Amino acid sequence: MHDALTRAGRALRLVFLIALALLFLIPFYLLVRNGLATERDITAPGWTFFPHTLQWSNLTEVFRDPNLPLGRALLNSTLIAVSTTLGTVLLASLAGYGLARIPYRRANLVFYAILGTLMVPAAVTFVPSFVLVSTLGWISTLRGLVVPTLFSAFACFIFRQYFLGFPKELEDAARVDGLGYWRTYWRIVVPNARPVFAAVGTIVFIGAWNAFLWPLVIGQDREAWTVQVALSTFTTAQNLNLHELFVAAAVSIAPLVVVFLLLQRYIVAGVERSGIDD
Amino acid sequence: MTAGRTEEAVTDVPAPRAAVAPGAEPRSLGARLLGPQRRNLWFWLFVGPFAIGLGLFTYVPLVWSVYLSFFDAHNTVSPAGSDFVGLGNYGAMLSDPAFLGSLGTFLLFTAFIVPATYALSLALALMVNRLRFAQAFFRSVFFLPTACSYVVAAVIWKLSIFNGVRFGLANTVLGWFGAEQTAWLSTTDPPWYWLVIVTVRLWLQAGFYMILFLAGLQRISPQLYEAAAVDGARPGWQVFRHITFPQLRATSVAVVLLLVINAFQAFDEFYNLLSDARGYPPYARPPLVYLYYTALGRDQNLGLGSAGAVILALIIAVATVVQARWFGLGRKEE
Repeated sequence: MHDALTRAGRALRLVFLIALALLFLIPFYLLVRNGLATERDITAPGWTFFPHTLQWSNLTEVFRDPNLPLGRALLNSTLIAVSTTLGTVLLASLAGYGLARIPYRRANLVFYAILGTLMVPAAVTFVPSFVLVSTLGWISTLRGLVVPTLFSAFACFIFRQYFLGFPKELEDAARVDGLGYWRTYWRIVVPNARPVFAAVGTIVFIGAWNAFLWPLVIGQDREAWTVQVALSTFTTAQNLNLHELFVAAAVSIAPLVVVFLLLQRYIVAGVERSGIDD
Repeated sequence: MTAGRTEEAVTDVPAPRAAVAPGAEPRSLGARLLGPQRRNLWFWLFVGPFAIGLGLFTYVPLVWSVYLSFFDAHNTVSPAGSDFVGLGNYGAMLSDPAFLGSLGTFLLFTAFIVPATYALSLALALMVNRLRFAQAFFRSVFFLPTACSYVVAAVIWKLSIFNGVRFGLANTVLGWFGAEQTAWLSTTDPPWYWLVIVTVRLWLQAGFYMILFLAGLQRISPQLYEAAAVDGARPGWQVFRHITFPQLRATSVAVVLLLVINAFQAFDEFYNLLSDARGYPPYARPPLVYLYYTALGRDQNLGLGSAGAVILALIIAVATVVQARWFGLGRKEE
């Protein structure tokens, strides 16, 4: 009797989970459905689960629409996301290693000065940062979009925590062999810390690809639009072609979903190791 | 944070000093600056580029913003030539019903989104954690929206699920039950747009916090559950209330802090869901949306915008400190 109850409970929970999972997947389905449908299929009064006709030409049409510079925006987003990721990982890992491993009397003071900026949400500084970037004449330039975002206190924090727990024996061996800090870092530490580089890299890449407020403020010229800004501008346009908008949105998340599914376990590990809930 | 290891790194310092033989030449200023074995130099070579950049792009803008906030700076980022207005901008902001209304919008939004995300992500973690099979599959499904941007999610929500009266999933499904068609995003009485805004964020965020809770759950010692079973606690509510929930306290505190900080930064979904070719409606403007239009909208009133940013930064700082105190957060859990 008791067993039957437990089993019934377990089955009920599974049914509930499957229902929730379907609910979470519906938006992805809608993205693909509307992206491949005809305009009439999307705007018809009665909604149907499957579109009446699949229109694969949407995929090429969206790249030819002069109103939506999707190709250019994808290129911009790729350049920004890749350079932001490489720059952030390099700068933050060096700083994190220095803070964790090079004995310096004021290291903790420097660390708290860095940690303090975590309390200032980046979005609140967008007005002052805009002021600075426009003074530098960096509006609508790649460096204006990338450089100010390279100094992530969060990434530095994760690297520091990781290097604090890094086995010291490996480095000691390197030191005995006469390697200095720089070569120890480059030849011993980096190759042995690949998981944390992958974790931070993925998180930074996703954040840079999905960023909206900063690219909206700084990328004012059409030539400097990222995918997110282009999509958003297209959403608020007066005459919009819904099927194009949906296929553009689907194209914009495709690379990310692939990266995400491949590197998911690193993200999970990175989150778990960040010390956020310790 | 691991305080013990930090100390270890610091107490490392004196050792090499002692190694300097007594009677050795007094070191020059340069040698002292470089530190034993040039450690100070190496420290700054590693940390310097990051620290300088952070200072330049976080501390400098903040200070500049405070300076600018005392000027009537329209269309300009250098206050030279514009009038010094002292605390005028602050007075204007704090007596502006639209700005105060934006803070009200934030409070209301937080009151919706924090408990909802907390409950949903905890429930997902508890259910996924107990699965014997397909655990990775369900975890991926709930985590996958984290890869989506608010812009893309807003496209789906605004133009497919909660579209206006002609088409859209929500109205179609409700129509099967004979419900009337609703203009979700433009109905202010009742404020149906809240449903749209809250569900977007829930969908995008719940999976991330579920991961945090899963990490917390895995750290609970199985012995605690065994002891509870010996004591006759019934699996389910009793065990959750007396074991699981208290053991998740640190995770819960971190999750609530992150949720509140993130709610403060709400911009993307409001902007993308509610603005259209005619502009932004007068309702539902959280602080960032309001500042965006003040500083970078038609007026380009950067002095006023800076004052707003400073006020907002102060509110966030106070709120964070109060929360940290309230939850008894020490340095350890920062």
